[in-house]
This record gives sequence, structure tokens and C-alpha cells, in this order.
Amino acid sequence: MNTTTINGAAAHHDHDHDHAPAGIMRWLTSTNHKDIGTLYLWFSLFMFFFAGALAMVIRAELFQPGLQLLQPNVFNQLTTMHGLIMIFGAIMPALVGFANWQVPLMIGASDMAFPRLNNWSFWLLPAAGTLLIASFFVPGGAIAGGWTMYPPLFMQGGIAYDMSILAVHILGISSIMGAINIITTILNMRAPGMTLMKMPLFVWTWLITAYLLVAVMPVLACAITMLLTDRHFGTHFFDAAGGGDPIMFQHIFWFFGHPEVYIMILPSFGIVSTVIPTFARKPLFGYVSMVYAVASIAFLSFIVWAHHMFTTGMPVAGQLFFMYATMLIAIPTGIKVFNWVATLWRGSISFETPMLFSLAFVFLFTIGGFSGLVLALVPVDIQLQDTYYVVAHFHYVLFSGSAMSIMAGVYYWLPKWTGHMYDEKLGKLHFWLTTIAFNVTFFPMHFLGLAGMPRRIPDYSLQFTDFNKIASLGGFLLGASQLLFLYVVIKCVRGGEPAGNRPWDGADSLEWTQTSPPPYHSFVTPPLVK
Amino acid sequence: MLNFPDRRAGLSFFAARLLIGLIAGLVPSLSRAEYALNLPAPASDLAQSIYDLHTLILWICLVILLVVFVPMAIALVKHRKSAGYQAAKFHDNLLVEIIWTIIPVLILFFMARPAASLVVSMKDTTKEDLTIKVTGYQWKWEYEYLGDNIRFMSNTSTPKEQIEGSQPKGENYLLEVDRPLVVPAGKKVRLVMTSSDVIHAWWVPAFGVKQDAIPGFIRDSWFKVDKPGTYRGQCAELCGVGHGFMPVVVEVVPPEQFASWKKEQIAMAATAAANANKTYGMAELKALGEKVYSANCAACHQPDGAGLPGAFPALNGSKIVSGDKSGHIDIVLNGKPATAMASFGKQLSDLDIAAVVTYERNSWNNKTGDVVQPADIAARRK
Amino acid sequence: MQAHSDSNVYYVPPPSIWPLVGSVALLTLATGFVLVMNKIAAGPYVMTLGMGILLVMLFGWFGTVIKESLAGKYSKQVDSSFRWGMVWFIFSEVMFFAGFFGALYYARNLAVPWLADTQLLWPGFSAAWPTAGPGLKTVIDPVNAWGIPALNTLILLSSGATVTWAHWGLQKGNQRQLKLGLAMTVALGILFIGFQIHEYAEAAFSIRDGIYGATFYMLTGFHGFHVMMGTVMLIVILFRSLAGHFTLEHHFAFEAVAWYWHFVDVIWLLLFVFVYWL
Ligand code: HEA
Ligand code: HEA
Ligand code: HEC
Ligand code: CUA
Ligand SMILES: [Cu+2]
Repeated sequence: MNTTTINGAAAHHDHDHDHAPAGIMRWLTSTNHKDIGTLYLWFSLFMFFFAGALAMVIRAELFQPGLQLLQPNVFNQLTTMHGLIMIFGAIMPALVGFANWQVPLMIGASDMAFPRLNNWSFWLLPAAGTLLIASFFVPGGAIAGGWTMYPPLFMQGGIAYDMSILAVHILGISSIMGAINIITTILNMRAPGMTLMKMPLFVWTWLITAYLLVAVMPVLACAITMLLTDRHFGTHFFDAAGGGDPIMFQHIFWFFGHPEVYIMILPSFGIVSTVIPTFARKPLFGYVSMVYAVASIAFLSFIVWAHHMFTTGMPVAGQLFFMYATMLIAIPTGIKVFNWVATLWRGSISFETPMLFSLAFVFLFTIGGFSGLVLALVPVDIQLQDTYYVVAHFHYVLFSGSAMSIMAGVYYWLPKWTGHMYDEKLGKLHFWLTTIAFNVTFFPMHFLGLAGMPRRIPDYSLQFTDFNKIASLGGFLLGASQLLFLYVVIKCVRGGEPAGNRPWDGADSLEWTQTSPPPYHSFVTPPLVK
Repeated sequence: MLNFPDRRAGLSFFAARLLIGLIAGLVPSLSRAEYALNLPAPASDLAQSIYDLHTLILWICLVILLVVFVPMAIALVKHRKSAGYQAAKFHDNLLVEIIWTIIPVLILFFMARPAASLVVSMKDTTKEDLTIKVTGYQWKWEYEYLGDNIRFMSNTSTPKEQIEGSQPKGENYLLEVDRPLVVPAGKKVRLVMTSSDVIHAWWVPAFGVKQDAIPGFIRDSWFKVDKPGTYRGQCAELCGVGHGFMPVVVEVVPPEQFASWKKEQIAMAATAAANANKTYGMAELKALGEKVYSANCAACHQPDGAGLPGAFPALNGSKIVSGDKSGHIDIVLNGKPATAMASFGKQLSDLDIAAVVTYERNSWNNKTGDVVQPADIAARRK
Repeated sequence: MQAHSDSNVYYVPPPSIWPLVGSVALLTLATGFVLVMNKIAAGPYVMTLGMGILLVMLFGWFGTVIKESLAGKYSKQVDSSFRWGMVWFIFSEVMFFAGFFGALYYARNLAVPWLADTQLLWPGFSAAWPTAGPGLKTVIDPVNAWGIPALNTLILLSSGATVTWAHWGLQKGNQRQLKLGLAMTVALGILFIGFQIHEYAEAAFSIRDGIYGATFYMLTGFHGFHVMMGTVMLIVILFRSLAGHFTLEHHFAFEAVAWYWHFVDVIWLLLFVFVYWL
């Protein structure tokens, strides 16, 4: 898969210019996958800081028992919006940004299959973001019922609730169109000779992720549409008096929600599977089994949703089924972890920043996976559901999983995107600060959860004080470290040592055959992959 | 946008509070040595089994962690480029892949078996000795001993001053209630749970019971605790503003003591019924009303009746409160559908409602001078 | 190394303003809708504005696509991109409907029987379908499946046949058959919508009548909305075929609309069976 032949430079083109149109219109009207990818990434970084800042306020309030800074309803707003924006505003757009930049480059396509649609998918995000952020300022404040939006609590809010529902609808449209674009690009735009089983694993993970998106985003839309009609049009979907059931919402929501968490982790698997072989200077171990593992995870993700609902009191048969199905996911995921370790084994390993982040990913994600497994066991989950143990679990898979893999990917591809090397020293410093602060923040939350601290509370009883202090201090350091990340990225965009076409000697996919940064129109005529 | 507890809002205030908190908070607590690292001490057989299951899984996970990451650590140390290590070329091995697929399957099977049998016994709510209906309200619990005509509300009893920091926090801060649930030791207690408004979850960690209370539906659960004592827990499902302030306290007492407690309760209910027909004076009603108000209404409408703009209307100066008595009584009795304003008709007695209405009509800037009697409330009940 | 001909160059359109206009449209529309739902006076105006911008965007965008198509910029590969795109778009719609059908299944076969078992809270309630639930005292008189719904089934099925017949015409190069088939399909679509509106007007229950009313109007309404969209799309391609846009090789737009129409058709059959009949 690594012997590639490129057909000359960009051949003459239908609409002339080989350089970007200038000014703001370049970004507003772009049909270029690289520009749109860049937009996605900046948007996501902004939202990461926004939602992260909310988390800082949460941690400040939780620093000690008692209400110091916030009224409970504001606290609930912050928690809810932190979760919602991190997931829909930070992690998902970042991963789509990677897809935009890398998928066409990695399969030798000239662009995405639908460049205009691609631009629309992006520009819907600021529209939705505007609604979400504006909702803080309407009477009653932002939504405060948790990112999971459970009724009947969600029936009680004001205008912000409607704004957020419609914002999520718009985000859904964006995701569905983005996913269709990615699927079509991968299925239809591969360079001659690039068979499916020759595609870089990152492309595979995005192909499967895009299927998940097309399958579950409409289901989310369906759930929140019913919320909206229950709120304003007199339906009784979630009201027992009218023959409905509030738990029905949870079923529909989690039918979306569980695949959603894999939407956030599968592309991360792809990034890590790209970075590790590069810096181990050894091909990925078990490529084929990796592909099948990703596909099995995706399939299983559709039949495990009710593990979020063990305490709703479903029949025994249901609890057992969902417990078994959930546990099964450990097998394909385990295969991936083993394959990464086997890739490292007898490699020639070096420790640049992307590699450091990827190694931390493998270790910390596994810890998060184990806590997931603990939660999968019904009796134990009944003790732990809706406690900080769950918060610990999902920050291990979401922060040290998704977010840190995104950082790995940013460091890995920044030289390609900008043409400059990033500052390796600062990158490493960012890595160590992030990793240490992350664990200081979130590891104690396991203890808090086991000891019985519920999540989503603005105040707690005295026995939880110590670990909350530690978590808050870690959280502040974690937040501050991300300022360093911002600095390194901006510094690299503005200049630095020229990167050359292939700064990593172990890298072998198609994008490294292009200049850094790649020409505005790359692979105008497809390369031939042997 | 942020609402500060005492409305002295501002960024510098925020920062100052944070800084003081950081310094003042860290010092004393680090000297206290009781870190809770694990599940709380189990008080029932079920909780004990859960505890053991968790311990088992934890050890298995630790072993797997070592088996996976010790080789990785070795590779990271030995197979370094900087140590001059040359990369091998292999990238596939079917046998290895099969082995590391099958072994996890076996491990999972080993984990699932004890878990499954535990699930079955947790779900077995038959052969109970007594049944208690638990109803969640925003933000309190109601306990009804089915068949015994005992019914009462259980409210948090942590004073606001402790929460806002103007008073030192008590030992059971946020985990204390005015009237705990009382159950006999050594008896199988079945709980049937429901809710009147949003989803709550009744949870006592030491019992291994956590069950969502779902409006319109009944879900059951059970526990049997042998050792008398006081056990504490909290609501475990986000239920709005007061979610963090909705404790559960269970008093497990020897069966004889339980029997006498029950008699007492039934006698109390009888006197309360008798009082319902009496006529009260303004001062009496206002005093009781203030208590009812701070227990039931203040969370939303605020102790000073100012409400929270946009979310909860002010009662101070409200048209309904200063208007016709019957409109005021109606909204308290029946609530307002599809808003957070619940119907209090079922939760509060006629006397309580009469008191709180009187209180609201004659407090803050409201000066209607009306005295509302329990009989007025009874008359407006449908 | 191998030389590639220009037909190998995938058409990448120049920068376009329409996506941005589309985002502004949806933001305006959503804002307007929020205002309307919360009974704020500006609502209807904002919503109308959003609608207007959306229409401008649709005309502009599809106009550009049609122009590009006629200019022969779309290679075979672009054509097959469109096909993949449409297929997965329809798949996402299938999942949308699946959610609502799931809700119907859940409410009818699980929630209502559970409520009937909950005598402690809902004394005297017994599981039956249709129901408006234990708390509302309404009795539901459902629509008879073998009246208008059966007629509508017939109409939609025949419209599926006419659109296929039009497709055959296209494949045979018989433009007259194409136009006639399309015109008949449009007429049947409009007829269907007319009957549906009539049925709503006659129905003895409303969307507020418990879970039956909710699922009934949500499913049929959402479907009806799709029929309307489909009819509009049919009208567009009818005009395009009148203008002679479709050739033997180049008629993706026609096929996309036909697929969509068949999809709407199949959903209706499910609706007929699960909402009206059983
Ligand atoms: C990226 C996101 C992500 C990922 C990947 C996962 C992965 C997993 N999650 Fe997690 N989860 C979330 C995000 C994620 N989760 C979120 C956001 C929530 C909370 C939502 C909310 O309520 O707000 C949640 C909540 C959640 C719950 C509900 C908790 C509760 O509310 O009570 C459960 C319960 O089963 C669970 C289980 C699992 C399991 C079993 C996995 C598995 O996929 C993990 C598999 C991995 C491993 C097991 C490690 C590697 C494997 C090996 C080394 C092989 C050998 C191992 C064995 C044989 C044991 N998760
Ligand atoms: C991908 C997702 C993601 C990410 C990356 C994070 C990142 C963080 N999260 Fe969380 N979180 C969620 C997803 C995520 N989170 C979800 C889904 C929930 C559940 C919501 C719900 O219950 O509904 C949740 C809930 C949640 C809670 C529980 C709240 C509750 O139950 O009441 C807490 C509490 O500590 C928390 C903390 C943090 C912290 C400290 C970070 C940090 O890692 C953040 C670090 C980043 C920054 C801080 C930004 C950068 C820096 C600045 C803005 C500069 C200013 C700061 C300083 C100078 C200090 N998160
Ligand atoms: C969960 C929050 C909540 C609690 C607790 C609550 N209320 Fe309310 N109350 C509301 C809301 C929200 C409204 C506004 C309803 C509407 O939209 O008209 C309201 C409205 C009212 C009104 C009408 C005020 C006006 O001017 O519209 C009165 C009177 C009132 N409540 C009294 C009470 C009393 C008495 C109690 C306690 C016994 C109480 N409330 C407890 C949320 C609450
Ligand atoms: Cu009740 Cu949370
Ligand atoms: Cu899940």
C-alpha cells in the first residue's frame, strides 16, 4: 500500500486558479476540502475552549462543599452545556475536520465528493452554535436538564429549551450531510488501485463512523422532535397520563447515544493506528483484524443502548441481554489494543509529541474501557449509575480517548497542513502537563463515585471534600495547559522550520507524497496506487 | 448571567471568592485522614454481593492491565530507536489473533456468571414482609406504608445558612431529613416507587438499592437489613434545581420499636385530621406558613419571594398572590400543568396550604391582611 | 506512470455562496420557529423571512447544479457520486421513520400494557388500542382503514406504477411517455394529499388525544410532509423533462426523485398496515 506513483503536478484545471481565492470569501464560500477542514478544526478548538471554560467554573464551584459561586440552576446549565458543546461542538467537528483534510489526501481524491454540500455542513455549525450560546442569555437561562435531555424535566424549561432542540436538529443535518459526503468520497473517489483493503486505517474508521452517523442522527432528531411536540403541540409521547412513557425517550435517545460515543472514538482509533506505526517504524499489526474489529464495534453499538438505563427497572431479561451485549464490545476493542501493543513490539520506537499522545491514549483509554466494563455489570452499575464513577469513565474515554487522540493527530499532521514543524519542546511540555493534570483531575472521581457522590450536583456532603479539591486543582492545571496547546498551534501556523514533504520517516500514506502544505488542488488527476 | 447567592455579583467578587476558597479550603481538609476509596460498607446481603463482585472485577482488570502493558513498557524501553534498535518486519499472525480473541471471551464469561445470578436475586421482590410506596417530588420524598394509613413527607433539614456558608456545616450536611423512613430490622422491605413530577432515583448505597422513580409508572425494589442504624443516601437522577438537596435517610429499628413507632404515627394522623376543622389566628398561620414555605416553595420562589427571573415568578408583588384568594389557592392546590409549578394538593394538608397561602399574602410587600383557614382550602378542593 | 485523460478529472465546483445562504436560512427559520412557539409577536415574520431565504437558496443552488449538468461538467464518476449520495440520504430518512415506528411499537405493545398493570396509580385502566391513556378521559374513534386510507394506498401504489412507466419511456427514448407518466404521478400525489387533508378534517380525534393521537398524527403527518416534498420534486422534474433536460445517459435527477417517491410509497404501506389497519 505504500508504493505510490503520482501523476505529475496538478494538470490544468477546469476553473483555472491553483491558489486560494483571497479574503474572507475564501472561507465563506469555500469548496475546498482543506479550507473547510481548517474551518472545522478552528471551530472545534473555539468550542473546546468555550465548553472547557464552563468546566472550569463547574470545578471552581465544586472545589469545596457549600454554594460559593453559582445558584444550582446556573450550575445545572453549565453542566448541561459543557457536555452538549464538548460532544457536538468540540469532539465531533474536530474529527470531521480531520476527515475533511485527510480522507481525500489519503485516498488520492481531488476533493470531497460534494464540495458545496461540504461547505454547508460546516456553516451549519456556527448557526447551531449561535443558537446554543445565545440560549444562555434568554430569560431563564440555558438548558439545565443534562445533555441527555430527559423528559419530563425537559418539559419544564423556557425558551432556551426550544432553541437547543432546534440547534441539535441543525447539528444533525450537518452531521448527516457530512457523513453522506464522506461515505460517497470513500466509496467513489478512491484513486485507481486503492482498493478498500489498501486504504489507511484512518479512512476505514471514518467510513464506518459515517455509517453510524447516517443511521443514528435521524433517530436523535426523531427523539427531540417528540420532545418539541410534547412541549408545544399537546402530544403525550412521554406522559403516562396520555399513555406515553418518559422511559421511551431514554430508549430512543440511547439508541442514538451509544453509537454516538463510538462515533467519537472510532476515528480516534484511526488516528492512533496511523501514528503508532509511523513512530514504531513498523507496519500496523493485524490490519485486517483491525478493520473487522471496527466493524464489529459499530455493529454491537446498536444493541447495547439500554446499559445507560439499568436503574430504570427494566425486566430481568432485558438487563441480562444488554449486559452481555455490552461486555462483548470488550473483545473487538481488546483486539485493537493488543494490535497496537504488537505493533510497538520490536519496532524502532521514537517519542515525538504525536507518539506520546498516542501511547497515553492506548493506556488511558484502556483504563476508561475497564471502568466501562465495570459499569456494564448490572449489579455494579446499579450502585454506580449517575455517580462520579460514570463521570470518571467517560472523561477517560472522551478526554484521554477522543480529545488526546485529536491532539495526537493535530501534532502529527500540523507539519503537513502548515508546512512548518511545530515546537517539539513545547509540544512535549503540553503533553506531560495534559497527561498529568488529566489524571489528577479525573482519577479521584472513581473514588468519589464509589463512595457515593452523585453527578450533576452543585454541592456535596463533607466526606467528598478532599477528592473534589484535588480534582479541581487538577482541572485548573488541565485548563491552563490547553492555553499552551493554543500557543503551539498558532506558533506553528505562523512559521517555523520548514517541514518538507515527509517529516516523519515512518509515514507512508499518500498525503506525504504531496508538498507541505499541499497545493490548493491536490490530486487533480488521481495518482495510481500499486 | 450568573446568579450569585447574595447577588453581590461581579467578576472581581467571583475571583476573590475563588482565591479565598482555594487557600482557606485546602488547609484543614488535607489533615483529615478518612479517604473513602471504595464502595461504602454494605448493610445488606445484596450490597455485600455487589461489593464482592466489584472487587473481583477490579482484580481481573488489574491483571489484564499488567498483562497488556508490561510488554508495552518493555517494548518502549528496549525497542527504542535511540537505543539503536532495528524494526522487525512482521505484521500479522493468525494464531496470536485467535488466542487473544478467545481468552477475553472466556474471561468475560467468567465475569458474567456471578453478575447474572445477582441480577436475578436483586429483581426478586416476592415474599416481602411489608411494602412501602415511595413517591418522588421536586425535591422531597413521600413515604406511604401501604395498608397502614401512614403517609408523610421527608424533606431535607440542612439549613440554608449552612449551604451558603454563613454557618458551619454539620456532620451530616446535605444528608439529613426532617422525617426519615423507618423500617424494621431483619424484614424484607419491598419498595414500590413512583414520582409525581419528573424522574428521581431513590438510592441508599449501603443497601445496594438504586431505583428510578418514574412518573405514572411503578417500579419496585427491595432490601433486608439486619443491623439497626441510620443509613443515608441521595436522589440519583437529575431532577432540577433541588436535585443536590434531596437526601434519603432510613432508620432501621428493631421490630418492637417499629411497632410502637407505627402506633404513634397513626395517633398523630388522627389529631391532624381533627385540627383540620379548627380556626386559626393570623400569627399562628404565618408562623407555620413560613416553615411550609421554606420547605416546599423557597427552592424556586426564593426565601425572599423574589423568584428567579425567567424561570420562577416572584411571589412578592405577584398579581395572583395579591389578587383574589381563590385564584391563589387554586394554583397552589392544582399547580400549573407543563410548568415546574406542581400541584401541592396531594402533598400538603389543608392546614399547611392555608398556612402557606396566608404567609404569602402577608409577607414581603404583600399586605392583603387575608387569613385563609383550612376550611377554605377544603372547600376549593375538587 | 500512466497518463490520464481529462475525463478523469472530477469536477470540483468553484466557490459558492449558496451553502452560506442556506445556513443563514436555517438559523433564521429556527429562530422564527422558536419565537412562534413561545408566542412572541415577531415570530411569524422571522419565520417567513427564513422560509424566503431558504427558497432563494434552493433555487440558486439547484439552478447552479442544473446549469452545470447541462454544460456537461458531470462525468460518470460525478453521476455515481450523486447516486451514492441519494441512496444514503434515503437511508437516513428510513432511520427517521424507524424512530417513529419504534415509538409506536413501544407505546402500543409495552407502555400501554404496563400502565394497565399499574392499578395502584391508574385504577380501572385496561390496555386496549386505540387509547388516549389512563389520565385523559377521551374515547378514541379511529379512522377506518378501509375507507380513505385504503383509497390512498391505491393512489400511491398507482403513482409508483406511473413513475416507473415514465422511467421506461425515458429508457426507450419516448419523451412523450416520460412526460405523461410524470404528469400522472404528480396528479396522483396531489390527489393523495387532498384526501389526507380531508381525512384530518374529518377525524374524530386530535394530536392532543393521548398516545394514539400523538403517534397517529406524527407518523401520518411526517409522511404527508414527505409526500408534499416528493410532489414538489416531481413537479420540478416534470418541468425539466418538458424542457428536454433528460437524456438516456443523463437523467440522475429523474432517478433520484423516482427513488424518493418509491421510498415514500413503501413507508405508506407500512403506515397503512401498522397505523390504520392492525
Ligand atoms: C468515547 C466514548 C465512549 C466509549 C469508547 C465508551 C466505551 C464503553 N462504555 Fe461508556 N460512556 C460514555 C462514553 C464512552 N463509553 C459516556 C459519554 C457515558 C455517559 C453518558 C451520560 O450518562 O452522560 C458512558 C456511560 C457508560 C455506561 C452507563 C453508565 C451509567 O450511566 O450507569 C456504561 C455501562 O455499561 C458504559 C460502558 C462502556 C463499555 C463497556 C465500553 C466499551 O466500549 C469499552 C471497551 C474497552 C475495553 C474493555 C478496554 C480494552 C480491552 C482489553 C484490553 C481487552 C481485554 C479486556 C477484557 C477481557 C475485560 N459506558
Ligand atoms: C469530549 C467531551 C468532554 C471533555 C473534553 C470534557 C472536559 C472536561 N470536563 Fe466534562 N463532561 C462531558 C464531556 C467532556 N468533558 C460530558 C458529556 C459531561 C456530562 C454532562 C451532563 O451531565 O449532562 C461532562 C461533565 C463534567 C463534569 C460533571 C458535572 C456534573 O455532573 O455536575 C465535570 C466535573 O468536574 C467535568 C469536568 C471537565 C473538565 C475539568 C474538563 C477539562 O478537561 C476541560 C479542559 C479544557 C479547558 C479548561 C479549556 C481550555 C482553557 C481555557 C478556557 C482557559 C481558561 C482556564 C484556565 C486559565 C484555568 N465534566
Ligand atoms: C419547582 C419549582 C416550584 C416550586 C417548588 C413551587 N413553585 Fe410556585 N411556581 C413555579 C413556577 C414555574 C410558576 C409559574 C407558572 C406559570 O408559568 O404561570 C409558579 C407560580 C406560582 C404562583 C403564581 C405566581 C404568579 O404570579 O404567576 C404561586 C402563587 C405559587 N407558584 C405558589 C407556590 C407555593 C405556595 C409553593 C409551595 C407550596 C410553590 N409555588 C412551589 C415553580 C414552583
Ligand atoms: Cu430528585 Cu434528583
Ligand atoms: Cu453506552
